[in-house]
Amino acid sequence: MKTLVLVEHDGAAIKDATLSTVTAAAKLGEVHLLVVGKDVGAVAEAAAKIAGVGKVHVADAAHLEHQLAEDVAPIIVDQMGHHDAFLAPATTTGKNVAPRVAAKLDVAQVSDIIAVDGADTFKRPIYAGNAIATVQSSDAKKVITVRGTAFDKAAAEGGSAEIEAIDAGSASAKSSFVSAELSDGDRPELTSAGVIVSGGRAFGSNEQFHALLDPLADKLGAAVGASRAAVDAGYAPNDYQVGQTGKIVAPEVYIAIGISGAIQHLAGMKDSKVIVAINKDEEAPIFQVADHGLVGDLFQIVPELTEKL
Amino acid sequence: MKLLVAVKRVIDYNVKPRIKPDGSGVDLANVKMSMNPFDEIAVEEAVRLKEAGKAEEIVAVSIGPAKAQETLRTALAMGADRAILIQTDEDVEPLGVAKLLAKVAADENPDMVVLGKQAIDDDSNATGQMLAALLDWGQGTFASKVEPQDGAVSVTREIDGGLETVKLQLPAVVTTDLRLNEPRYASLPNIMKAKKKPLDVKTPDDYGVDITRRLTITNVAPPPTREAGEKLESVDALVAKLKELGVA
Repeated sequence: MKTLVLVEHDGAAIKDATLSTVTAAAKLGEVHLLVVGKDVGAVAEAAAKIAGVGKVHVADAAHLEHQLAEDVAPIIVDQMGHHDAFLAPATTTGKNVAPRVAAKLDVAQVSDIIAVDGADTFKRPIYAGNAIATVQSSDAKKVITVRGTAFDKAAAEGGSAEIEAIDAGSASAKSSFVSAELSDGDRPELTSAGVIVSGGRAFGSNEQFHALLDPLADKLGAAVGASRAAVDAGYAPNDYQVGQTGKIVAPEVYIAIGISGAIQHLAGMKDSKVIVAINKDEEAPIFQVADHGLVGDLFQIVPELTEKL
Repeated sequence: MKLLVAVKRVIDYNVKPRIKPDGSGVDLANVKMSMNPFDEIAVEEAVRLKEAGKAEEIVAVSIGPAKAQETLRTALAMGADRAILIQTDEDVEPLGVAKLLAKVAADENPDMVVLGKQAIDDDSNATGQMLAALLDWGQGTFASKVEPQDGAVSVTREIDGGLETVKLQLPAVVTTDLRLNEPRYASLPNIMKAKKKPLDVKTPDDYGVDITRRLTITNVAPPPTREAGEKLESVDALVAKLKELGVA
């Protein structure tokens, strides 16, 4: 089987989610990569070095700078004439474009896979990870998005794939880029962070939430998350929310502080490798999933922890 | 402007799904069902656009069992004007839903279709994008701000690194994210009024759409369970543990 993997990049560097997606694709067959963007020669060269890659297709044009789905999907659809499976990382970029490709190919997408069980059989979480479904696709071509945290990263070095320029198409009149407001690079993103410190309603106010959690996150190089209760109470912005209706995360270490562990929060973080919980109520449900628990007052523990790290 | 909103009946987000012992799926019998939370946000956004004088009519559509009428009545109570149920007991996958919605869009000629970014049951996050593809319209996914302006709509999108704003020519498809708005609770008088609003019942056959599934669910199992670990005695013990894990 010949697979095509969409390379996730920011114009300069390849995102790790791509490397995990390559690992998933390699379980299906030969791996080709697709780099789409503007002035992406360096990205294509880096992509060609990823271990196990057969070929890198590059669509490089000014109108592709922001990788709008309306412009990118036709390029992929075109490539699917000679590939059997398309895989994209289940990031906001991949999730935006892949279903558009699937519908154009009349294929049912297999979203957010966590395992490849065979050429047409995959495991994927449903109900926010409260159940794992095994699904078998009857479509001749496959369109798949891949949960990065579920697959090891392919080696970024060691390959020497051929790079081939492909037709970049033309700009769609239906959609145009206006602006982007990217969060400053000081802290990692929640969905790709190795460590997350997350706070709940026990912090009592927006000021205390940030005064206590931000220094701890800085010490650990961690992203900051929040429970829905903390977001609803206005202690943290909505994009901090970890849970069934917020972000689904699976870092190496998740530190839940003052979070009781409601079902809908657990659904968003229970795939974390190691869970640490700090809560003053030793009966809190969060301790049932935590690897390491510390019972006590967060207003004493957090400053002490920050100082001792 | 005319708006089409799509809503799905799903297990209430506060209920923990029970997996059937034979692994055939999730047990939906006697479980509290509600409107998919992201679709609720879609209905709310449509109603706010109407209240702001930017939209004249809101049509709510659902694809599902007879009981999905309740979900549509909720949409009507929130402020939709009329509703269409495409009734089926089949578990229609996003591609089938998108095909049915494309047919409804062809009949209704909306300027914008607004729907949740994903349903919290099968978590596919695909229907809106597929619908946009089938209609050949622009798509504004994961919206946290929607501002119509002269034949176009400006959509601010929640992306992994922050926010991105795109301008879409109408007609267009918008999928909603959490920050877009906070849905209202329907008032009792509005719930009563909603009972009198028109609700058409159709079938997939009426639209000539084949909803045969392409993905067979061969097994549904619980995720690996986590065991409760150890309780630490002190902050020093926690610091030591974090150092052991290589994060401090």
